[in-house]
Amino acid sequence: MRTVFYLIRKEFIQIFRDKVIGKAIFGVPVVQLLLLVPAVTFEIKNIDVCIIDRDLTTESRGLVNRLEGSTFFRVIRSTSSEEEANNLMHSGKCDLVLQIPSDFGKETGTWHPSRLMVSVNAINASTAQLSWAYLNGVIREYNTDIITGNIGGQPFNPVPQIQVTNRYWYNELLNYKYFMLPGILAILVTAIGFLLAGLNLVKEKETGTIEQINVTPVKRYQFIAAKMIPFLIIGLIDLAIGLLLGKLFFNIPFEGSAGLLFLASTIFLVGILGFALLISTISSTQQQFMFVAFFCMVIFILMSGIFTPFDSMPVWAQKIDMINPVVYLIRINRMVMLKGSAFADVSREMYALAALSVVFTALAVNRYRKTA
Amino acid sequence: MKRFFGFVKKEFLHIFRDPRTLVILFGIPAAQILLFGFVVSMDVKDAGVAILDLSRDETTQKISDKICSSGFFKKTQDLLTYDDIERVLRKNRTKAVFVFENDFGNRLISEGKANLIIIADGSEPNTTTLITNYATAIIADFNRELAGTAATQNLLVQSEVRMFYNPSLEGHFMFIPGIITLIMVLICALMTSITITREKEVGTMEVLLVSPLKPVQIILGKVAPYFLLSFIDIVVILILSFLVFDLPVKGSLLLLLAECMLYILMSLSLGILISIVSKTMQQAIFASFIGLMLPTILLSGFIFPIENMPVGYDWFSALLPPRYFIVIIKNIMIKGTGFLYVWKETLILIIFTLVFLGVGIKKFKIRLQ
Repeated sequence: MRTVFYLIRKEFIQIFRDKVIGKAIFGVPVVQLLLLVPAVTFEIKNIDVCIIDRDLTTESRGLVNRLEGSTFFRVIRSTSSEEEANNLMHSGKCDLVLQIPSDFGKETGTWHPSRLMVSVNAINASTAQLSWAYLNGVIREYNTDIITGNIGGQPFNPVPQIQVTNRYWYNELLNYKYFMLPGILAILVTAIGFLLAGLNLVKEKETGTIEQINVTPVKRYQFIAAKMIPFLIIGLIDLAIGLLLGKLFFNIPFEGSAGLLFLASTIFLVGILGFALLISTISSTQQQFMFVAFFCMVIFILMSGIFTPFDSMPVWAQKIDMINPVVYLIRINRMVMLKGSAFADVSREMYALAALSVVFTALAVNRYRKTA
Repeated sequence: MKRFFGFVKKEFLHIFRDPRTLVILFGIPAAQILLFGFVVSMDVKDAGVAILDLSRDETTQKISDKICSSGFFKKTQDLLTYDDIERVLRKNRTKAVFVFENDFGNRLISEGKANLIIIADGSEPNTTTLITNYATAIIADFNRELAGTAATQNLLVQSEVRMFYNPSLEGHFMFIPGIITLIMVLICALMTSITITREKEVGTMEVLLVSPLKPVQIILGKVAPYFLLSFIDIVVILILSFLVFDLPVKGSLLLLLAECMLYILMSLSLGILISIVSKTMQQAIFASFIGLMLPTILLSGFIFPIENMPVGYDWFSALLPPRYFIVIIKNIMIKGTGFLYVWKETLILIIFTLVFLGVGIKKFKIRLQ
């Protein structure tokens, strides 16, 4: 035990001897959290619209006014030339072109409904669908106006309608910060621990200092533990700092138990550090480690469900994701922080994390050879 | 000049000496493009929903069938009481619960309206917004059926939509340009910064400095092989995205390749700058990986549109070169526009390259310490 303790002390001294890294370990997460969390949102506002109004009547202007009144749209140009509108779309100055046909005013409210032509920039498919849905909302309101106001002569029978009310639990206003902070924090903690731990071991190999340790009576598991624990502590401190920042600056709710969150993070970090050490035991230079680490990290992160919904991945990808520890951590983070889930709710994720940690660490200890 | 080529040859030998590097150089981008083209998507399908039907009549049955057969939703379970809602939402399998009020069918007929409440899990706002949008659309459809043809249908203004550039609304139209941008900047910056700091750390940089090679030649010689390899890389990716995802290059291929070269140059210069400022490989890796990755993913418009960001962030994201390349590559590949539409972005990338290179070379210390 004493041996491990001394080794850990040595590691800490070595880590913080590099002043730049010592500062970056805590500085980078703080800066990135404060900077990135407020930036990210899928919320759509300010869809730039170009209008081709061939009608120019009170009715068409009424529709345009409705559009301008909505918070989602911003009319940037009215033109009569289709070519100009297309150019605006090409150059990215507008994302939606609404064409009002010339007989719009005349035919509104008669039995020949006019058709509006809408073009949407659909490179980003989900944004396109949402803008289209919002535009339809505006048109629907306009239609309601026609029905209630315009049709004077005909008595109008109310039709049965189902009314839909939406309610959002755990995050009533759909605040994206609540959603992003746990995720970004998890990524930062993962990336820092993963890179530093792995590079640390491989550097000992590259410079040859590992041979000096190999000839001492330090046991294999002691060596791995000493390489792991400092970064585990650093990761947990980073996590605590991140949570504190979230509370102070973004007022993130914390419904569940902090103990559970830290327990999960500890198990997770053991797993991810074990994985990093495993990679570094099979690489011989920092460069090699870096490439493999880069490959795994980008996949871990983009497949973790932090930016894109986990459930919309194909089933085979979800199966592969069972060995991706980041998935579990992000899920647990969000569930515990926002929903106040207890151990029973996240038990499956916890067991999966524990299993992964045991496997990765065991492999790392096993692959590490004390021979030259 | 001959000296310089000798040096470049030496660098190539360094790279090819370790076949693993090559596998990674080409394997990573190819694997990631394939993976993300197939895997990552923003769409919601088969989202788990539960139904709390307090009425249990014909109408509610019809509506729930309609919801569950739409392809967007998958029923996870039927609930009996309000208390169950909390329980299932916490488990995370279920993203939303549809609650039909008491006496739903009767009220619909006698009072002309009935209430359906959608309780959705707000902890994933984007998924939730999509789910409620889809559900609302399905109900609107049902309402229209209820109203029948006799009612207002013919009186109303309708609209027809044309989805420009991406008529079938494929997700990879957005992801592939983004992934190319992300991976190229990370790989280029990482590789150059590693190779230069490595010489510093091992001490061989001093050997190079006392050689008759000029500092500029040393730097360019280090970078030249990676320029070539990265360029081949991008070509491989473009061919893959064409073959596998049918993502054509609508604009001029020549222009696209030229812009890619510029982007690679920019990324390599960034790598040079990082490696000259950092003392050890660890520092260089920390800066080019942890420093670049998240800002590039989040602020460059790769997944999250820049125009939706809060005030001030467009200025901040203006400092990130990948942002401009995403615009360029989308314009040329997907919109098929010419140079006239991307000259501003191109100019900005050139300026970035010159600044990175200039500062890098100026800071490059040729004296021993």
